[in-house]
Amino acid sequence: MSHGNMNLTLKVWKQKNKDTKGKFETYNAKGISPDMSFLEMFDVVNEQLINEGKEPIAFDHDCREGICGMCSMYINGRPHGPKEGVTTCQLHMRSFKDGDTIVVEPWRSAAFPVIKDLAVDRSSFDRIMAAGGFVSVNTGNAKDANNILIPKPDADEAFNAAACIGCGACVAACKNSSAMLFVSAKVSQLALLPQGKVEAQQRVLNMVKQMDEEGFGNCTNTGACEAECPKSISLENIARMNREYLWASATSKD
Amino acid sequence: MVFTFVRFIYNFNSLLMSKSGLLKSSIGKKFLMGLTGLFLISFLLVHCFINALIFVNDGGETFNKGAEFMGTNWLIRTMEIVLFLGIILHIVQALVLTLENRKARPVAYAVTNGGANSTWYSRWMGLLGTLILMFLIIHLKHFWVVTRFTDHIAHSAADALPGQETMFGEMKEVFEHTWVVVLYCLSMISLAYHLLHGFQSAFQTLGLNHKKYTPMIKTAGVIFSILIPVIFAAMPIAMHFNIIK
Ligand code: HEM
Ligand code: SF4
Ligand code: FES
Repeated sequence: MSHGNMNLTLKVWKQKNKDTKGKFETYNAKGISPDMSFLEMFDVVNEQLINEGKEPIAFDHDCREGICGMCSMYINGRPHGPKEGVTTCQLHMRSFKDGDTIVVEPWRSAAFPVIKDLAVDRSSFDRIMAAGGFVSVNTGNAKDANNILIPKPDADEAFNAAACIGCGACVAACKNSSAMLFVSAKVSQLALLPQGKVEAQQRVLNMVKQMDEEGFGNCTNTGACEAECPKSISLENIARMNREYLWASATSKD
Repeated sequence: MVFTFVRFIYNFNSLLMSKSGLLKSSIGKKFLMGLTGLFLISFLLVHCFINALIFVNDGGETFNKGAEFMGTNWLIRTMEIVLFLGIILHIVQALVLTLENRKARPVAYAVTNGGANSTWYSRWMGLLGTLILMFLIIHLKHFWVVTRFTDHIAHSAADALPGQETMFGEMKEVFEHTWVVVLYCLSMISLAYHLLHGFQSAFQTLGLNHKKYTPMIKTAGVIFSILIPVIFAAMPIAMHFNIIK
């Protein structure tokens, strides 16, 4: 055990499945290196649990480099923990102190039912995407980059919106469990570009309808989503979606 | 002309209420919240300006003229009805949205650190609104009920019958009580915080967010949210301590 390793107390939410009630379980994490990621710390704890013949803690992860959006954990009252602009897999244990007690909960939202422990079902996001988060023409082979001219600011804004990794931290952070930041990012990344504009009206109507049906709450513009988003998606996208939606529902033919 | 107008209202109504209609959606409900909120803000501005006429400090002469105009002008009287509808819509929508939001998170977090990502008053808009509503009920009972439903209030000091008061006199009387002054001041603090979030929030809800204009809207919102409640609070204070005679 190298110098500077930490001993921590973890209070982790354990829940068998979406139909049972969960409760907190306390674990001791010993000899944790400050250079480990939060997920690696869980790996250490789980290895120990398995060696002792106990059930490991279930949590989601995939890329472990901040791009897949799987590592949903609500750490000490904040999604993805205390650091701004990072996912849980990119959070290092040096953000904590030796002897700390860390409370870890799953995303809590009616639209994200718990699968097990910290892993939640985010297929509601997939259904929102399936409702309109695409361009329905076949794009064929790659064309010359300047076939359709796109102003640089528009391209940049669309790109920034497209940085959303669908992690759900916005929903987890929001006191209303609203999915407005996610949906608005997905609406915006297409609405800003000529290829996406064609279906913009129908897209925003369908995606918002699906969002409401999934049981997400209503936005009150607290801005918690933007502050906690690991990709710093801007609230401007929500205003754009409101604008697009209001205009689309006023002018749509049905 | 009348027919076209009725048709328009009808179409507008079906736009809002139809099955796929605007008001069935989260964004539509919020739209109504924002519109009524901005309407209430415009009312505050007029109300504050008229009442501030007491600061002319001429024994209420100017203020009573203003109050008479507000009480008799047909446009203002019509707007009074619209105002009541606006407040009711704002409150009903607030209730509907808040209940839906509760349902969206059936199991609460054990630990939350909201202060890390949002202002406390943005998270407590419902409570601040409820405090404002309680104030409104008492406030309406103090002044509106007395004016509309009793003949206690005279238009001016000159035509006051025995036992009658002008609006100005009525204010002086009500604000003699210390608890009323304290209640009004505390309520203005609630209003200030409600507006501090609400003013800019309404623009965002209506989709009005712009790199150039949003900073201006936010600044205007802060100035409005502090200035208007401070002027309102100054009225009972000034009357209570006889600064205004
Ligand atoms: C003079 C009185 C009032 C004014 C000027 C006012 C103004 C506003 C404004 C401008 C908003 C922002 C709307 C938006 O974001 O789209 C708002 C939101 C809200 N108001 Fe009021 N309001 C008043 C009274 C009330 C009352 C009496 C209640 C409740 C009983 C209430 C409850 C709420 C709630 C829950 C919100 C939602 C928070 C949000 O979306 O930001 N308000 N109000
Ligand atoms: S908007 Fe941000 S917080 Fe929300 S899903 Fe996308 S990346 Fe995650
Ligand atoms: S595991 Fe992929 S973003 Fe964290």
